[in-house]
Amino acid sequence: MLYSEKVMDHFNNPRNVGVIEDADGVGEVGNPVCGDMMKITIKVDDSDHINDIKFQTLGCGAAIATSSIVTEMARGMTLDEAVAISKQQVADELGGLPPAKMHCSVLATDGLKVAVDDYLKKHDREPIAGEIKSSDPNFDPHGDEDHGHDHDEA
Amino acid sequence: MDNVYFDYAATTPVDERVLEAMMPFFTERWGNPSSLYALGRDGYRGLEDARERVATAIGAANPSEVIFTGCGTESDNAALIGILSRVAPDGGAHVIVSAYEHHAILEPAHWLEKHGYEVTYLKPRVDGHIHAEDLQAAMRENTKFVSVMHGNNEIGTINDIKAFAEIAHAGGALMHTDAAQTLGKLPFDVNELGVDAASFSGHKIYAPKGIGAFYLKRGTKFEPQLKGGGQEGKKRSGTQNTAGAVGFATALEIMLAEQATEAPRLAALRDKLLNGVTSALENTEVTTPATNRMPNIAPLLIKGVEGEAMLLQLDNKGIAVSTGSACSSGSLEPSHVLLSCGVPQEVAHGSLRLSLGRFTTAEHVDYFLEVFPPIVERLRAMSPVYARMFGSAS
Repeated sequence: MLYSEKVMDHFNNPRNVGVIEDADGVGEVGNPVCGDMMKITIKVDDSDHINDIKFQTLGCGAAIATSSIVTEMARGMTLDEAVAISKQQVADELGGLPPAKMHCSVLATDGLKVAVDDYLKKHDREPIAGEIKSSDPNFDPHGDEDHGHDHDEA
Repeated sequence: MDNVYFDYAATTPVDERVLEAMMPFFTERWGNPSSLYALGRDGYRGLEDARERVATAIGAANPSEVIFTGCGTESDNAALIGILSRVAPDGGAHVIVSAYEHHAILEPAHWLEKHGYEVTYLKPRVDGHIHAEDLQAAMRENTKFVSVMHGNNEIGTINDIKAFAEIAHAGGALMHTDAAQTLGKLPFDVNELGVDAASFSGHKIYAPKGIGAFYLKRGTKFEPQLKGGGQEGKKRSGTQNTAGAVGFATALEIMLAEQATEAPRLAALRDKLLNGVTSALENTEVTTPATNRMPNIAPLLIKGVEGEAMLLQLDNKGIAVSTGSACSSGSLEPSHVLLSCGVPQEVAHGSLRLSLGRFTTAEHVDYFLEVFPPIVERLRAMSPVYARMFGSAS
């Protein structure tokens, strides 16, 4: 398994790390039991553009890199554009991800979606991203993947 | 500092002395050991000399009990499938393997389960050891085979194979041990331990990859897994890897000659690493409170950090380590070894294994202890949950 240069760049020099203290929207997804946990905070201006965004991530190289790149991609976007970012776009933007790591890009886009909906709900507006499974603390990001082999242990 | 290697349990470089002993078998003494003419006989002598030396080193009664294989995995497969398909050809037998064996044991065990054998995966206790009482309790009337590793590759715990062999034999079962991690590093004598079969790997002891060995006590029922020209006493067909066998024998002799000085040297470096990390960083601990630990393995749990992230950051500093984190393995699940010892999943993701070897120096340990804490602190500071879970950001 090899990471692209861009993944390693974002892992080694992650952009927009931190928490916006007076954030307009907060999205927290993942589960420490699964080893991946991400929090995105956003500031939204009057024209529904994301004008500041920060992240914190507990996870592997790909989890950190996908979080970092998604904050770069979303900055300056409208809320509609931000929730439309797909896991494939995140992976492409990073120059590709190993197949076993694609779920990390889902985490990044999910975190953003939850933050956007959080902002909308706080302003009594209709959420646009809808239900995000990974925002459930019991969500298993690998639940829909084939584990390959079983290990029944007595 | 470049290339600080802390992954000797994964593989080792070939020792120059081993390479030197092997060289003639590539270009001068290259005959097929099965050929009758002088060149073949010369190759045969080299091969059989290697076999005798390995037999002596492991305490085998007879050189024919040593079978050269392609790797440790082959030896493990031979033990489970080769022995059981003769001991209980129609299945029905009960087999006990420990739950934290290498996959080279677990996968053949799963295969046996699918082919009519019952398998118990015996769990270690939280101290990281397999306990004799637990083995005794798992024995059944139809238990025919027990396999427990001598030393665990991830957490470095040493098991009391001698006691297990007594229990297995008393219950009418054969005893096998995977000694890939311990051969040459700890005293290992098949006679003293009382095992019927044992597996070894060359590349863990400074011989090349592609050579392993299998001890099979004389008279033990065995179905060869490679069928063909009948080499290795009809137990493993295929033209022998003469150079590899010579390398294995030479490597093992060097391990034994240096064991008395190397084991305490590595144990001291191991303890310095373990104490250094646990005292420099809060919420870190040595994996499992083992009572008997291999001198060369330093297993750590770094809470609130994901293992692969640590591995990659250390790699940036020229340091090679291993982790039991799910994310580094591609398997999506944290190490079965750690989970079997009762390490919670969220903690298992932060496991780090440093394994030391012949070329590890005190400078390497100092360098690791210098660069590692800031890496962990940075990753913890980046985590959305560390402060919440542990109440501080360092």
